[in-house]
Amino acid sequence: MKRLESPDALRKLRTDLASRAGQEAVIRVCSTGCRALGALDVCEAFEREIERRDLGSRVRVVRTGCHGFCAGAVAVVIDPQGIFYQGVTAADAEDIIAETVLAGEVVERLCFTVDGEPLPLQKDIPFYKHQMRLVLRNCGRVDPTSLEDSIASGAYTSSARVLSSMSPDALIDEMFASGLRGRGGAGFPTGRKWQFARAAQGDPKYIICNADEGDPGAFMDRALLEGDPHLVIEGMIVGAYAIGAAKGFIYVRAEYPIAIEHTRAALIQAHEAGLLGENILGTGFDFDIELRIGAGAFVCGEETALIASIEGLRGMPRPRPPFPANSGLYGKPTNINNVETWANVPRVIEIGADAYAQIGTDGSKGTKIFALAGKVRNTGLVEVPMGATLREIVFDIGGGIPDDRPFKAAQMGGPSGGCVPDDYLDLPIDYDSVKKIGAIMGSGGLIVMDDTTCMVDIARFFTDFVQSESCGKCVPCRVGTKRMLEILTRICSGDGQPGDVERLDRLGRMVLATSLCGLGQTAPNPVLSTIRYFRNEYDAHILDKGCPAGACQALIGYRILPDVCTGCGLCLKTCPVSAITGEKKQPHAINPAICIKCGACYEKCRFDAIVIE
Amino acid sequence: MAEEAARAGAAPASPSNADVEDVLDNLSAPPKTNLIGALQEIQERFGYLPRAALGGISRRAHIPLSRVYGVVTFYAQFYTEPHGRHTILCCRGTACHVRGAARVLDSVKQELGIDEGESTPDLMFYLETVACLGTCFLAPVMMIDSEYFGNLTPRKVETILRQYRDASQ
Repeated sequence: MKRLESPDALRKLRTDLASRAGQEAVIRVCSTGCRALGALDVCEAFEREIERRDLGSRVRVVRTGCHGFCAGAVAVVIDPQGIFYQGVTAADAEDIIAETVLAGEVVERLCFTVDGEPLPLQKDIPFYKHQMRLVLRNCGRVDPTSLEDSIASGAYTSSARVLSSMSPDALIDEMFASGLRGRGGAGFPTGRKWQFARAAQGDPKYIICNADEGDPGAFMDRALLEGDPHLVIEGMIVGAYAIGAAKGFIYVRAEYPIAIEHTRAALIQAHEAGLLGENILGTGFDFDIELRIGAGAFVCGEETALIASIEGLRGMPRPRPPFPANSGLYGKPTNINNVETWANVPRVIEIGADAYAQIGTDGSKGTKIFALAGKVRNTGLVEVPMGATLREIVFDIGGGIPDDRPFKAAQMGGPSGGCVPDDYLDLPIDYDSVKKIGAIMGSGGLIVMDDTTCMVDIARFFTDFVQSESCGKCVPCRVGTKRMLEILTRICSGDGQPGDVERLDRLGRMVLATSLCGLGQTAPNPVLSTIRYFRNEYDAHILDKGCPAGACQALIGYRILPDVCTGCGLCLKTCPVSAITGEKKQPHAINPAICIKCGACYEKCRFDAIVIE
Repeated sequence: MAEEAARAGAAPASPSNADVEDVLDNLSAPPKTNLIGALQEIQERFGYLPRAALGGISRRAHIPLSRVYGVVTFYAQFYTEPHGRHTILCCRGTACHVRGAARVLDSVKQELGIDEGESTPDLMFYLETVACLGTCFLAPVMMIDSEYFGNLTPRKVETILRQYRDASQ
């Protein structure tokens, strides 16, 4: 693209692009998250069909980022009508073009249904109806690899306005007034953070985008970088202007190849168009961004560890103060925010701090993106105003639990968070309320659990995770989590001893109080919160040597129900240790002395004749 | 050279000094200011970090070899020995965990006869687990190189791995 020399040139380009968009039909195919389920084949099928029917001038296929409704992959939206199709395959392309694009009819078999009734329009689907997609607005609409497409949807409007008409101090006041808090987990007010970095002495100053989204169960940062990278870059430009930074870094984890690809392309495009680099839009402001890729270390999500990693060191955290605002990258003042926070910045400017502060609760403003996964029907990315309840997220938007099993808990905040039981389904969720009940907002991972999820096993799972990701620098985290893991492992394998829960509790509080960085300071949360709300499950494991959820292998057994078993013999063939015996067409039986409880028979049985006890 | 050998499915011989020097001469990431990026480029080229390359980096960038080695061993994605050319990342994230990731991992191990952190003897596959791939809606999920495979069952794993094997024959 030709270099844009002024904010006016950008405005003119946007107007031109918007007028060109015209009346053509647009087929928007999620080509990031849905790629694993064949989205690129679907795109090609649409393009072949368009070419075959010579519709090139009337219909356009856009490879977009995530539509959010990941349970419906491959997800496709047909505009201008706003029709949403789920589970689309390449074979459906012909029907969609013929019936929907050309004849204006709905292909009912691809629609989301409620009680058997098809809901063709995206805006009517409960999953979307209850959301407020402010930050994710263009994710799933624009082609993230096209700067023109992004500009037509308003990209760089906010940064252009800030650079041409606001002073850094006024900008920081605006961020303060908006009430925006860091979306990476801790919820520190963004305006104050910027103010610290602006006031700090030192030159040059740096800003960093933390895209090392490592919490298991969180994928909103991935979706933002994949689906709307220019929004994040724009936010960083605004932040750089506020604190006076000339150089920025985006640190993405290596596990996100599409995010890396799209971010890299977006940086090059923005640079070529004069939206980034020297003398941005002719305003005299210089700012450039370099992309760095992680090398597989969860602890690098911690800001001081991330800085060490950019400096080419082992990614180990260091004590704060000094905070990065005063002494960060290469000892210079550094402001670090996460992807979602940066993505909120242009929206604050766009709608104004006052309007932004109208959204949310007293202490937490704006929206929050949650990654909804686990035992929930509509897995995907959802954006709701701060203060929405778990019930709204899990049931109204998420559609509840598959097979109508009971909701047991929601794990919020990943390994730093906790398990929230059903007592709190109606609690308005914001930074402060979630903290009060022993979890944290964290980055927004929300894993739903039903009655088949064992809470002791979940505590063990997270402790195992933090234990292996602990960098080993400080003793409480390195040794404390190890001892906790040992206790949890023995509880899960039936060797728990009376007093283990108290030991875990004491140890957990110690690790929490004395660890060096955020990883250790929050690592015991999953254990402490499950002890707080699910003590009975711990007792069942320790005292009764049983796992009520039927999840802990050592504490369960499999049994064949003789009156349901048809004697098909499939389990017998499947069993790796020949623990199953029985004549053809006669009920089979499992010999518990041989059974290794691998569950292979349970998975294979077509008649639900095998039960866990 | 190393790449061709790897593509042919043969075990790559350790690269010649000339190969290593050539890569070091042409790094786009300067090791002095972007050590991790430079190491990633070298690994991209050879599939692992040959000893000679680490020494070369240390000499050229005036970084003590001990520090280079310290960085290499800190990060999970650096390898100091040749490993299988298809990297399998089995996700053990929360969503995958509650949807049966352990069974998926077991079936990969069984099918390939290797454990986590090991390569198959023919250096076709390398197996690793990862904290979370951020594709929780596909749970349980694994990634082979940069391709995702979701909603896995042990049987699907078998089919996928066999496809890779067949494709290389």
